[in-house]
Amino acid sequence: MAETILEVSKLTKSFDGGSAVLNEINFSIKKGEVVVVVGSSGCGKSTFLRCLNFLEQIDSGEILLDGKKIDISAKALPKYREKIGMVFQSYELFPHKTVLENVMLAPLLVQKRNKAEVKAEAEKLLARVGVAEKKDMYPRQLSGGQKQRVAIVRSLIMHPEVLLLDEITAALDPEMVREVLQVVLELAKEGMTMLIVTHEMDFAKAVADRVIFLDQGEIIEEEPPEIFFGEPKTERAKRFLNTFHYEALEDK
Amino acid sequence: MDLEFISSHIPMYVEAAGLTVRIAIYGIIGALIVGLICSLIKELKLPVLKEIVQIYIELSRNTPLLIQLFFLYFGLPKLGIVLSSKACATAGLIFLGGSYMAEGFRTGIDSVPQIQRESAYSLGLTREQTFFRIILPQAVATSVPVFCANMIFLIKETSVFSAVALADLMYVTKDLIGLYYNTDEALLMLVIAYLIILLPISLVTSWLERRVRYAGFGN
Amino acid sequence: MQDLGIEVLFKGNNFIRLLAGLWVSVRLALIAMVFSILLGFLLGMIMTSKNRIVRLICRIYLEIVRIMPQLVLLFLVYFGAAKHLGINISGEIAGVIVFTFWGTAEMGDLVRSALIAVPKHQYESAYSLGLNKTQVYLQIILPQTIRRLLPSAVNLLTRMIKTTSLVVLIGVVEVVKVGKQIIDASRYQNPNAALSIYGVIFLLYFAVCFPISKLSAALEKKLQS
Repeated sequence: MAETILEVSKLTKSFDGGSAVLNEINFSIKKGEVVVVVGSSGCGKSTFLRCLNFLEQIDSGEILLDGKKIDISAKALPKYREKIGMVFQSYELFPHKTVLENVMLAPLLVQKRNKAEVKAEAEKLLARVGVAEKKDMYPRQLSGGQKQRVAIVRSLIMHPEVLLLDEITAALDPEMVREVLQVVLELAKEGMTMLIVTHEMDFAKAVADRVIFLDQGEIIEEEPPEIFFGEPKTERAKRFLNTFHYEALEDK
Repeated sequence: MDLEFISSHIPMYVEAAGLTVRIAIYGIIGALIVGLICSLIKELKLPVLKEIVQIYIELSRNTPLLIQLFFLYFGLPKLGIVLSSKACATAGLIFLGGSYMAEGFRTGIDSVPQIQRESAYSLGLTREQTFFRIILPQAVATSVPVFCANMIFLIKETSVFSAVALADLMYVTKDLIGLYYNTDEALLMLVIAYLIILLPISLVTSWLERRVRYAGFGN
Repeated sequence: MQDLGIEVLFKGNNFIRLLAGLWVSVRLALIAMVFSILLGFLLGMIMTSKNRIVRLICRIYLEIVRIMPQLVLLFLVYFGAAKHLGINISGEIAGVIVFTFWGTAEMGDLVRSALIAVPKHQYESAYSLGLNKTQVYLQIILPQTIRRLLPSAVNLLTRMIKTTSLVVLIGVVEVVKVGKQIIDASRYQNPNAALSIYGVIFLLYFAVCFPISKLSAALEKKLQS
């Protein structure tokens, strides 16, 4: 039995005292597991991911990493975040730094690793995702797909225990979606622990060990992808999946 | 126009202008440092200090330099703090300029999207590291035109230094008018001196403003 | 406890005298501001002219104002006029002239940017309704312009008030001068009067400018929402 890496109990979050965006969420992810979170927009899935990295303040509940409760003081938080990789929809590369500098920044600054070793690893990883020749360029000279692959590398080089991917293909042109998802699929094969929020249902089906369906701030279903996409238990999940079916029809 | 009068008094003006420029440079550098410290305190939301910074900025922005100088030069000695004319002028300029530079930094910092911070935080960078490595370098590019405008503003403000008995351009001019009544010559030299100091900076600023607007990393 | 010289403020009508002195420079600022607004609107409209020479003259005017310290301009008018026009103009008149000269440039630039921010089709649709040029400006363009430039104009007023403090250096009896008189008069009874007097003058300026700055910031916020 693989060990549990991240564990969340009774996580509740609301904005400005309004109704709860996330309501007593219980969740855990094991080493090497890939969990995909789906749900209609506004269901709280992105907020959920952001809470896990404390980019949002949670109202109540607990988050445990490797069985230990997280200290959220300004001093301790960076230590935790170092172990949790996060990739954003809008890439968020640092525009004033080259690709290589973007990737090397955190290992040097946060982990104080050896520069030559970091550089070698950065180049290796960039080559792996197919952007080796872009290493001395600035982010704005890259396509969206290339930027997102660099952003993934920037997280990977920190050797995170979990990688959080927040709708990483949502801002991309269709032809670039594939090159990014390919990278994620390979990571999954290698045993990277990942929590993924996405709207790409085919991708979810292919990559997930487990699918979580979030609706109105609550986990409605949680099961292997074959079951969720094959025979969802709840009416709400069926309706949600049908909207995709319909959209797919309309596209033609 | 008495050309001989002019040529014989040029050294006086050069010296006075040198003094003005020197204090302006100290003042601008000091103001940038104060402005940077203020924005760091605001960025890190340090309790108490952040309120002090806010009060300082409001006091500095809503009072004339001349009055600030009078207080420093004539008021403070009564508390046992005696400053020389030069020290007073420099301190006054830093007190005034610090808030303007802080606003300049603020403009730039606000132009950097919040998610850039989050992206740095999620890589494990501390708030200080994020400020200096990620936010500030991007902010400064946007702030440069504001800094330049502030620079011109501060150099112009140095003209009040004669009020605290600093032998600057205004002081020399007033002296010459009072002593010899060579009003035209004295005023002409005054205007030329300020033109020589400020025109190049003003032109460079206009050029920079146009350039910075289109600047970006990797262009 | 050291004597801070505060009691001098409450002696006789000292505080009232200070307030009256402050009013001298604030009044100056208000007068110059009124002129600046009127002339600034005119200048702003002139600056949108397509004539190159007109635009060049405006640029030179703006550049002079941009780089010449206001105090230098005050000296030019105050000392220069005395000599060449043979008239001894008072410091206050010199102040009104210089601050209007300065304020008009600032205001004109604000009006110009507000004018060019009004979309072109606003003019076109007004003309197409049959309005003449004056009507278009008065009824359609200016109301939109005013809303746009109000925050910066209010902000200019605080700068004007701060800048009029300079007139003490050309001999106008205003708050600083009154303060000096009070300090001199109480040299023996209150040797520390300078601290409280200059402290109070500092705070008085703050009390006048701070609310106006806040108003400007509030207007700016309202405009942006």
